[in-house]
Order: sequence, then structure tokens, then C-alpha cells
Amino acid sequence: MQTNIILAGVGGQGILTIAAVIDLAALQSGLIVRQAEVHGMSQRGGAVQSHLRISDREIYSDLIAEGTANLILSVEPLEALRYLPFLSTTGRIVTSTDSFINMENYPAMEEILLELHRTNLPVLVNAAELARKAGSPRTSNMVMLGAAASLTGIAPEEIETAIEKLFRAKGAEIVAMNIRAFRTGEALFQHQATVS
Amino acid sequence: MNKQLLLGAEAIALGALDAGISGVYAYPGTPSTEITEYIQKNSGRREQPLRSAWSANEKTAYEAALGMSYAGKRSLVCMKHVGLNVAADAFINSAITGVNGGLVVAVADDPSMHSSQNEQDSRVYGKFAMVPVVEPASQQELYDATRYAFDLSESVLLPVMLRLTTRLAHSRAGVEGKAVRLQNPLNALYAPERFVLMPHNARRQYNNLIAMQERLEELSEHSILNRLIPGTGRTGVLAFGIAFNSVMEVRQAFCLDLPVLKIGHYPLPGKQIKALFNSCDTILVAEEGYPVYEELLRGYFGLQNGKCIKGRLDGSLPRAGELNADTVALALGLAKKEVIAVPGIMVNRPPELCKGCGHRDLYEALNSVMGLHDQHHVFSDIGCYTLGALAPYNAIHTCVDMGASITMAKGAADGGLRPAVAVIGDSTFTHSGMTGLLDAINDRSPLTVIIADNDTTAMTGGQNSSANGSKLQAICLGLGVEKAHLRTIIPLKSHLAENIGVLSEEIAWDGVSVVIAVRECIETAARKKRNPAANP
Ligand code: SF4
Repeated sequence: MQTNIILAGVGGQGILTIAAVIDLAALQSGLIVRQAEVHGMSQRGGAVQSHLRISDREIYSDLIAEGTANLILSVEPLEALRYLPFLSTTGRIVTSTDSFINMENYPAMEEILLELHRTNLPVLVNAAELARKAGSPRTSNMVMLGAAASLTGIAPEEIETAIEKLFRAKGAEIVAMNIRAFRTGEALFQHQATVS
Repeated sequence: MNKQLLLGAEAIALGALDAGISGVYAYPGTPSTEITEYIQKNSGRREQPLRSAWSANEKTAYEAALGMSYAGKRSLVCMKHVGLNVAADAFINSAITGVNGGLVVAVADDPSMHSSQNEQDSRVYGKFAMVPVVEPASQQELYDATRYAFDLSESVLLPVMLRLTTRLAHSRAGVEGKAVRLQNPLNALYAPERFVLMPHNARRQYNNLIAMQERLEELSEHSILNRLIPGTGRTGVLAFGIAFNSVMEVRQAFCLDLPVLKIGHYPLPGKQIKALFNSCDTILVAEEGYPVYEELLRGYFGLQNGKCIKGRLDGSLPRAGELNADTVALALGLAKKEVIAVPGIMVNRPPELCKGCGHRDLYEALNSVMGLHDQHHVFSDIGCYTLGALAPYNAIHTCVDMGASITMAKGAADGGLRPAVAVIGDSTFTHSGMTGLLDAINDRSPLTVIIADNDTTAMTGGQNSSANGSKLQAICLGLGVEKAHLRTIIPLKSHLAENIGVLSEEIAWDGVSVVIAVRECIETAARKKRNPAANP
């Protein structure tokens, strides 16, 4: 078993929280993890990505080779496209459709959607709205994680346990809200899968 | 098995704590910052207390670490690659004096320049100083090698360099710790013949260092960090540091039967390298950094004893930047995969100052003042405020090395440039801006220094800086800035007109003036609010 995941977003959007949950869930499942992240200058509103690799045998490189990612999980639609050369031909994109515009020449949303639909069965998520329904806009990353969960190769129960562990210190209510958000994302994925 | 998920930088920190260090000394710098931060966060739980606050710069850090070693204790000093330029004087000479307690200098290089102004390779410094260098390839190896480096340092009585690069520093993996070793007792060394580097002592010590090299090479031959992955192919790979990971990734993915000699401990293990060369016709030299050893192995005349050497110098691998599995696969003659292209609509998303950051208001005021002058060069420095070089502000026009804003503005002023303006942060000012200001005062060079005092070292994540607020003012006055020309502004929208007034007056004045722009970094303020205990 080996899963290569590229997490993408804009500095400050908190993709490392998603990474931390997957890391923990993978470790709990007895798997080997390597996860490369970006620190420093790009964290100030620039494009950021994290290469996350999970396997049941030794992983050598911290980076994913081109054409070998199973999943691009992006919290911003344009950012999902930035790392396309890494995606394998059977790989999937799961992305939020909430754009984060902090530059002048941001492309039109229709064009971005067009490109996303050229990829293999993209999962498009209105994360902010679903997060609000789950209880707080701040849970949108857990909605995204839920929508991608079945493509990570890790059992959803393990991911929920990891969410619980990571948010425990913030109280039972926050944990429940994040689990709710996670399940909302999962349900959306199931729904899109049956529709297509 | 009790594995913790750690960044490479944190694995070094844990290794050093478990190796019984009595102190860590460092100035923050990506990608080395997290080593010291981890120790600061976790040393409280240790039985024996240790010191871990930030130092003013890498030179003060290195010398303090050397002093702790002199006192018989183990010390760790950490920096990014360019920080070693600042500490180089102390580093090179500490190889001549040697050490007492174990001294390990962890240097994090940044190939591909993710967060740096160059990609210099610290192994060159290691070779220059003639000290052992270890260069692990995984997080677990970082932990083990850190512990080993302290033992090695105490057995050969030399500082040991631990070199890593961004990719390993900022990548997480499971790490298993081992038993904690107690700290060394106080045992200050009375050895003026070693530590007083007057020429007669220095010559003897230097000869000792030269004589020691054979033993260091012998240690490399038996190091766990240097090992052969056997294979029967006639093409072999010499894989240095984390280039080993890229090579092994390719070897695994394409089921290649290549012999790979992993190098993680210098000076080079000559016998092992000779054995590899003897068994192969073609050798790929894969170094994560400069082609330091490739150049050596090729020789000046490029006579390769009938062997074909491939690497960064013949174009098999890219000359600059990090290596990865894709570049290594190409160098090994494997066909390039077809990949999905980035769509044409893609645009860059460069970093920017946070919304609401005080630097934005400072630059707005500064731009309107400089716009009135024919010459509007602004010399600047390294920190979040460097982002003012980008649109929409385009407010600063140099960023070379820590502290260079003041001294470059001074030199330009000496050459006749008016006005000469420097923008520097509070932390960078105490790192190495103060001495330049003293030069300007002694020389009466007409310049205006703007210190952007946001109460923190923001770019690297909000570490305490050595001086801010009233302490900064006292430093400037103490250096000789006239009280009338030491001004304070608050970079807020509501103060714009007032700030433009102050800046215009001081920039117009024909002498040394300092304007301190005081406003806390909003990121740091928010972090303090979330977590008051961590920031007393
Ligand atoms: S981190 Fe602080 S200093 Fe840096 S851009 Fe953001 S607010 Fe400004």
C-alpha cells in the first residue's frame, strides 16, 4: 500500500492541520509516514504545498515524484491546478471551490472549473458553506479532509480518532464540530460518486 | 516501539536533549529555527535544566557554545547556512583550538533557495575548517547522528558539523528516541596552549589538526552513515546526504540493481569510494548542494582513469537546486514520463505582507516621502519587511545580508547619494545593524535609518528579538544618535500624515537620524492571545 498526497493551499489557510490529522491517523494504523512542508517566506500568503506520503514499506524520498500522486487535496481551486504534473493518470483532485484572491491577475472562475473538469473525476467542494452548516467556518479544512478521506487509504474511523486527539485540548464541543464537518465532507463525496 | 512524528529539525533537537546538552545557542533562520524552538518548548520537562534563549546573532551564539564546551559541557549551536558566514571566524578558529565538552554545530542549508539569498553548501566550510561533518538522510538518522556527533566531538576534541537541508529539516517522519544521557559535570579546561591562538600556539595546533585528518578519515570508513547498498550493475552511484533518498526512490521504483554508496560522514571514506570505482565503469555523483566532491573526483584535467563520471558538472544533473527522484531518473538514463501540464491560465501567487501589518503603513508613508525626491533608493534588509520590495509597494531596493541596509546606505551617502535611507527590523538591527550605525555616527554620514520595530522576529515565526522598544532607543542614544533626531512613529493608517511629516523632516536633515516605527506584528500578537503561557 502506498498513497502519495499533495496538499495545496495559500499560506495561512491551515493545510498543515489537515496534514497533522492524516499523519496521526496513518501512524495509528501502523503505517510509515513522510510529510514535507513549507515554512518561511511563502507562508505569508504565498502558494504553499505539502507532500504527504504513506506506505507500508520504507519510504525514501520526502518528495513525491512527478506523475505519481494519487490525490491532490486543495483548499483553494487555483492551487489545485498548480501541482498537476505530480498527479498520476488515475489520480484524483479534491478541491474547495472557495477562491482566495490576493493577486490582480487571478483567472476567471469558469476557466478554473473548466480545467478542473478536465481531470479524472474531480471532487468539488463548497467547503465554506458546508463548514458553516457544521457549526463554524473554521472547520472547512475538516470538510475537505472528509471529502478526500476515502482516497487516502486510511480507514475513516482512524481519521476520526486522530481528529479527536488533535482537537481534544480545545474541548468536546470543538471536537464534535470538527467530526461533524468531517462527516459532511464524507457524505458529499459519496453523493458525488453516486451522481457520476 | 514508541515513535514520535518529528520534523527533521526537531529530531536533531531531541537527539541533542537526549545526548545531555547543557545549552543550545542560535539565531532564528529558516530552515534551522525549529531545532531551537523544540528545545525551548521541551527542555522544561527534563530533569536537568538547560539554557535555550535566542542569541543576538550566529557569531555570539557560536562563541557562547564554544565557551560552554570549554567549561566541559555539551553544547549545540544552530543556524542557517548564511548564518555560518557570520559565525565563520569563530567556527574556523574553534577547529584550531579544539573543544572540551562536545560541540555540535547544526547548519541547515537551503538548496533551491526556498527562503534564502543563496544556496551555499556548508560542507565546503566543514572541509575548510577540517572538522568532521555528518550529513544524515532521514529523520531517524538525524536523531542518531546528533547523538553520535557529540560522542565523536568529545573523542576527537573537535567541533563536529551536522549538515542538513531544507527538505529534511521541514519534513516529518516517525523517530524513536533512546535512553537519556546525563549532562557533563562542570570541568573547565585550563589549556592556554590550545586556547590562546597566538602564532606559536596556533602553528602547533594547526599542525595537530592536519595530523588528525588521517584518523578522521579512518573513522569515516567505519561510520554507520557511510554504507554500500550492493548491486551488480556496472553503473554505480555515489549518493551524498539526502541525494541518497532520491537515488533509492528511483532504484526502488524502477527495480534497478545499482550499487549505491551512501555518504553521510566526511572526510570521505577513501577506501569505500575506491571500491565502488573499481567495480563500476560509470559513476553518478549525486550531491545535494554544490558539486564539491564531484569536482574533486574529476580532477583538474578531467582524467578519470577510464571511468565515466556523471553529475552536476557534465549536465547529467541540474547544476543548481535540489535534486529529486525525477532529475536522478533522467541522469540514470530512464525516459522522462509524460505528465499532465500546468494549465496556461496558471499565475504566480507570491507571498505578501499580512493584511493589517504595520510595515504596510510604514511603506505607504515612506513611498510618499521618497516620491518627492529625485533619487529614491531605499536600502533594506532581511525580514518580513523585505516583502516591501514586491508590488504594490516596491518600496525597498536592496536586500543582501543581515545588517547591510545601514552600511550600504552609509557607503552610498559617503559617495554622495542624498537622501540615503535604510529600513531594518528590530531583530536584524541587533543582529548586525548596530555596528554599522556606529560607523555612520563616527563618520557623520548623512543617512536616515528606519527601524521597523514589530517587537519580534516575525519572518521565522515570531521569536523574541534581542532588543525592542525603549531598549532600542537606549542603544541608539548610546551609540551617539542625537536625541533630537531619534524619533518614534506608529505605523497606522490614522497616523499617516504625522508619519509622513516625521519621515520628511529626518530624511531632509543632513546627519544621522533614526526613526523607530513601533507597532507589534499582528501575527505574533494573535499568537500571544491564543497562547498566553508560551509568551510571557
Ligand atoms: S508576520 Fe507580522 S511582520 Fe510579518 S507580514 Fe505578518 S504582520 Fe507583518
